Amino acid sequence: MTARRITTGLLTDPSRTIEFEFDGRRLSALAGDTVASALLANGVRLVGRSFKYHRPRGIVTAGPEEPCALIDIFGASGALPNRRATTVGVTTGMRVSSQNRWPSLDLDLLAINGLFAPLFSAGFYYKTFMRPAWAWERLFEPAIRRAAGLGKLGVAPDASPKTGDEILHDHTDVLIIGTGAAGLSAARRLASSGLRIMLVERDVEAGGGTLLDPRWQAWRTQTLGELAATPRIRLLTRTQVIAAHDHGVFSAVETCAAGAADAAHHAEGLPRERLRVIRARRVLLASGANERWIACPDNDRPGVMIAGAALAYLRRYGVAVGERPVLFTNNDWAYESAFALHEAGVSIGAIVDPRPSSNAASRALALGIAVYSGSVVTAIEGRRAVRAVRIASVDGAPRATLDTDCLLLSGGFQAESALATQAGGSLQWREDLASFAAALPDSRGVVTGAAAGRYGLSAAAQDGDAAAVRLASGLGLSASAETIALPDDPETSSLQALWEVAGHGKCFVDLQHDVTTDDLRQAHREGYTHIEHAKRYTTHGMATDQGRIGGLLGAAVLAAARGQSPSEVGLPTPRPYIHPTSFAALAGGEIGAHLRPERRFPAHASHVACGATFVPSGLWQRPLVYSAVTGWDPVLREARAVRETAGIGDASSLGKIDVQGADAGRFLDFVYANRFSTLAIGKARYGIMLREDGCLLDDGTTSRLGERHFLLTTTTANHTAVLEHLEFQLQVNRSDLDVVLTDVTDQWAQFSIAGPRARQLLQTVMPDADLSSAAVPFMAALPARIAGVRGRLFRISFSGELAYEVAVPRDQADAVWTALLEAGRPLGALPYGVDALNTLRIEKGHITTAELDGNTTAHDLGFERMLKAEGDFVGRVLAQRPGSTSTQRRQLVALRPTDSAARLIAGMILVDRSAPRTNLGDVTSCTPSVLVDGWIGLALLADGRRRIGSRLLAVSPLHGESVEVEITTPHWFDPENTRVRA
Amino acid sequence: MLRIDCPHCGTRDEVEFRYRGDAGLRRPAAAADTAAFVAYVYERTNPRGWHHEWWYHAAGCRQFLQVWRHTVTHEIHAVGTVAAVLTPPDGAATP
Repeated sequence: MTARRITTGLLTDPSRTIEFEFDGRRLSALAGDTVASALLANGVRLVGRSFKYHRPRGIVTAGPEEPCALIDIFGASGALPNRRATTVGVTTGMRVSSQNRWPSLDLDLLAINGLFAPLFSAGFYYKTFMRPAWAWERLFEPAIRRAAGLGKLGVAPDASPKTGDEILHDHTDVLIIGTGAAGLSAARRLASSGLRIMLVERDVEAGGGTLLDPRWQAWRTQTLGELAATPRIRLLTRTQVIAAHDHGVFSAVETCAAGAADAAHHAEGLPRERLRVIRARRVLLASGANERWIACPDNDRPGVMIAGAALAYLRRYGVAVGERPVLFTNNDWAYESAFALHEAGVSIGAIVDPRPSSNAASRALALGIAVYSGSVVTAIEGRRAVRAVRIASVDGAPRATLDTDCLLLSGGFQAESALATQAGGSLQWREDLASFAAALPDSRGVVTGAAAGRYGLSAAAQDGDAAAVRLASGLGLSASAETIALPDDPETSSLQALWEVAGHGKCFVDLQHDVTTDDLRQAHREGYTHIEHAKRYTTHGMATDQGRIGGLLGAAVLAAARGQSPSEVGLPTPRPYIHPTSFAALAGGEIGAHLRPERRFPAHASHVACGATFVPSGLWQRPLVYSAVTGWDPVLREARAVRETAGIGDASSLGKIDVQGADAGRFLDFVYANRFSTLAIGKARYGIMLREDGCLLDDGTTSRLGERHFLLTTTTANHTAVLEHLEFQLQVNRSDLDVVLTDVTDQWAQFSIAGPRARQLLQTVMPDADLSSAAVPFMAALPARIAGVRGRLFRISFSGELAYEVAVPRDQADAVWTALLEAGRPLGALPYGVDALNTLRIEKGHITTAELDGNTTAHDLGFERMLKAEGDFVGRVLAQRPGSTSTQRRQLVALRPTDSAARLIAGMILVDRSAPRTNLGDVTSCTPSVLVDGWIGLALLADGRRRIGSRLLAVSPLHGESVEVEITTPHWFDPENTRVRA
Repeated sequence: MLRIDCPHCGTRDEVEFRYRGDAGLRRPAAAADTAAFVAYVYERTNPRGWHHEWWYHAAGCRQFLQVWRHTVTHEIHAVGTVAAVLTPPDGAATP
C-alpha cells in the first residue's frame, strides 16, 4: 500500500467521486481520473501479467506509451480489449479487467513459464516447435493460441450499434501535431498569417509538458485564449494521429466516448471514435519525446516507473506514486519529478546518478535529498512490488541497499519520431542527448521542440516560434506575434549515455513482449544483427506500445554487441499505424449494408414482386432465380420455359457505351478484332475485343443506330475495364479520331424475350409493329415503341432461341416489365434469372467471363476467322504469334458425363486416364441440361478440338469426385441456328 | 495516399484514379513487327526514381493524365493532359 492521492490534481475534480470496478473490486475515483491514476490512488500496484513469462507488472507510464497496464473494458456493446489504463478516463459504473492472467491476477498459474525461461528465448517460435511436424497443428498451435494474446475481443450480439463510427475529411494549410510549448507557440505565431491551422492533441487537455509546470499556467491560458479567438484555427483534443501518408495526408483517430458512457453513446447511434483523414499543405510536428527506460536487473517489478510519470500523476491527478521513491537517472530533466514530489511533501529515498556531479544534483543536495553520484542501481528486490534497491558505484563497489516502494527510471529521451519518418523525414543522432532527433524536408513541414531535440519548455516554445516563422516564409507568408515572457528553463548539465546495468536477473528492454538485453545479444550471436532482423527475431518493439520507452534502448544494446554506436544501428522503420487502432475506427460507417453501394436493376421492385432471389455480381444485385427455393428445379423450370414457350429476362447490367462521332466506325474497327465500319444502320453484330497482348478482353454485340452512332455492349463484369480500355485507346492511341464515348448503362433497362413464342409475346405489347423476319431479321437493331414506351428493339439471342431484347428508359422499366409478364402469362411464359440464362447459354455453347479468363485467345475459342485481315486493331500482331495460335493451348470444347447420372463441378480438372498427373484443362462452366439427360459443361482443354469424340476424366480432388466425360463440340445444339432465325 | 492535381477537376485523392502504366511508351506503327509489339506490351524499365506515368481519372473527368512521379518518394513533379508537353524533372531518364 504505497501510492495515494495527496493533493488536488489539475484534471481531477475532488467534489465528484465516481465508482468503478477493477477485476470485480469496487473502487472509487475522481472525475477526471484515468483508470491508471485511479488504480494508483487506490493503492493498486499489480495490474497485469507479462506476455511471455507472466511476471507481475504495474503501471509504468502516464500516457499512450504504456507497455504494461493494458485492460479490457466491458460495456453493453461488448468488450474493448487492449486499452491502455493510462489513457482511458474513468466513468461511472465502468467495468475493467486486467489481462493475460489465468485464473486470476494474484494467482497466475502460467507464471510457471518464468521457470522455463530458456525455452522462451529469442526466436523460440522458430526453434522450439519445429519437430515433429504433426505436432504443430494438434499440439503446439492450440496451446500457444490459448496462452498467447492479450485482451479478449467480444461483441454482444444483441448490442450491435445502430451505426458505425464515422470518417471525416479535413483540409487545412498547416497541421500542428502536439500542443506542448512548441506546438502552441507555433500556432500563436501563425495566427496572424491567414493560414488555416489545425492543432491536434492526443491528450484530454491541450498543453503537453506545460500542464506539468505551474509556472506555465498563465502562458498556456493566454495562448489558448488567443488561439480560440482566432478564426481559421481549430483545436482538437483526444485526437491521436496514427499515420502520415504521402502528399501531406494524415490519419487521426478522435475519441468521442469510452468506458461505460460508451454503451449508451454508441446505442444512440453516435460514433465511439471518429477517423479523420487530414490533408495538409504543411505539417508542424511538435509531438515531443518519450522518456527512456534503463536496462537494469528486474526492472519490470511493479513499482518501477518512468520518472516523468511520477510528475504527471502528481500534477494531473494529485497522486503520489510512492511513499519513498528512489530516482535512478542520467540526466537533469528527470530530477524535476523528484523536486515536485519533494515539494509536495513526499520523502525522496535517494537519487542515483552515474554522473560525478550535475547542476540538478547540486539542487537536490541543497534541498536535503540524498544523491548517490557516480552510482547505479544494480538490483531491485521484491517480487510483486519493489521493496528495496541495491546501489553500487559505477566501478562496481556496493554502496547501499535502500528500502523503497517505487523506483523512478529515466535514461534520457527519444523523440516521438514515427510520423516524421513516415512523412519522408530523417533521424539525426545527437551524441549530446544520446538519442535521435527528427527532421523533415521543408517541402513537407518542420519538426520542432523535443521531437527535434530541443528540451526544456522555454527552449521548445522559442523553437516552435522560430519553426512557425520558417514554415510561413516557405509558403511566402509572414507571421508576426507579440512576444510574451516565458518562464526560465532550469540550468541543466549534460546527459551521460547509460543503457544497461548488468547483474543477476532479467534486464528488460521491451516490457510488453518480455524482451531482455540477453535476447538481443542472442539475436546478434545468431546472425540477426540488423535492427530490423533483430526486431523480428526477438519481437523487440513489436508490441502495442511500439517500443516507445525501450526501442532505442534495445537498439543501443544491439549496437554494443556489434561494437558500434547506436547511430550506426538506427531504429526500425515505424509503419502505420503508430498507435493501436480499432478496425471499427478504420471501417467508419462502412459496415453492414453500408459496406459498399448496391446497384439495383431499374425494375428491381418488379423482380422482388416476382419473388426473385438475388445474386451479387460486382455491385449489381441480379435476379438469380424467381423462387425462394434453392436448387436446380426452379432454375430448370425457367430454362425449360424458354426452350418450350418463352421466357422474360432482365439484362440491364450489361454495360452500354454510346459511341458517336464522324469516326465512330473507324474507332470500332480499331478496338474490335472484327469489322464494324461496314455494319448497316439498323443492324447489330457480335464482336470480340482484344487486349494488345492478343488475349480477349471482352465480347458483346454492338449496334449501329445511325451513320455516326453506335451502341456498344459489354459483359456485366468487364464494363468498367472496357470503358477504361476504350478511353485509353481513344485518348492515347487514336486521338486523331473524332469520337465521343458516353456510358449509358444506367440510363437504359434492357429485357430479353426468348423462346419459340417470343414473337407472339412481343406482338402483344407492340400491336402495330411488323415483327416478321422480313421486317425484323436476325441481328436487327431498330427504334421501337414497346408497351407504348419509346425504346429500342434488338433481335439478338444468347439462349439459342428466337429472341429479342428491348431497351427502354430506366424510369419506364417497371411498367414495361409488367406489360411483358402480362403478355406472356397466357402463353405460358416465365421470368428467368441468371442461373437459367447460364443453363441456356452453356447448351448453346456461348461464352461468358467464366471462359474469358484473361488468357483465352481468339484461336482458343475458334474465333480466328473473326480477326480481320485488313487494317490495324488492338491485339492484331500478338494475336497471330505462335504462342497465341498454338493448338496445344487450351481450346473451347463442350463435354458431358458418359454416365448421365453423374454430376459435373465447375473447376474440375481434365486428365487422360493413361496420364492422370497431367492437367489438360478444366471445366469452366456446367449445368444440368434441359435438352439432354444429365449434366453438360464447357471446358478449356489442351488441343481440345482434336480431342472431340474422345473420353477423359474430370476430377475434383477437393470434392473427392471423378467422372468420365465425353468431349464434344460446343456447338452441338442447333448448329444451323434455325431456331434463332425462326 | 497520393494527391493528384487533375488539370480538369483540381487536386483529388488517389482513390479516384487508376494507374495505367508507363507513359513513355508509344504504340508501334501498324507496320511494326512482332518484336516491337512484344517490347511495347511487356518490356519495362522499372526505374528507381522519376517515372512518367498514365493515370486515369476514373471517378472524375474520365481523362487520361500524364504524371511524373518519383517511385521512391512518391513526389509528383508535374501533371498534364494527354496532349500536354511536360518538362521532365531533373534526373529523369530520357527515353
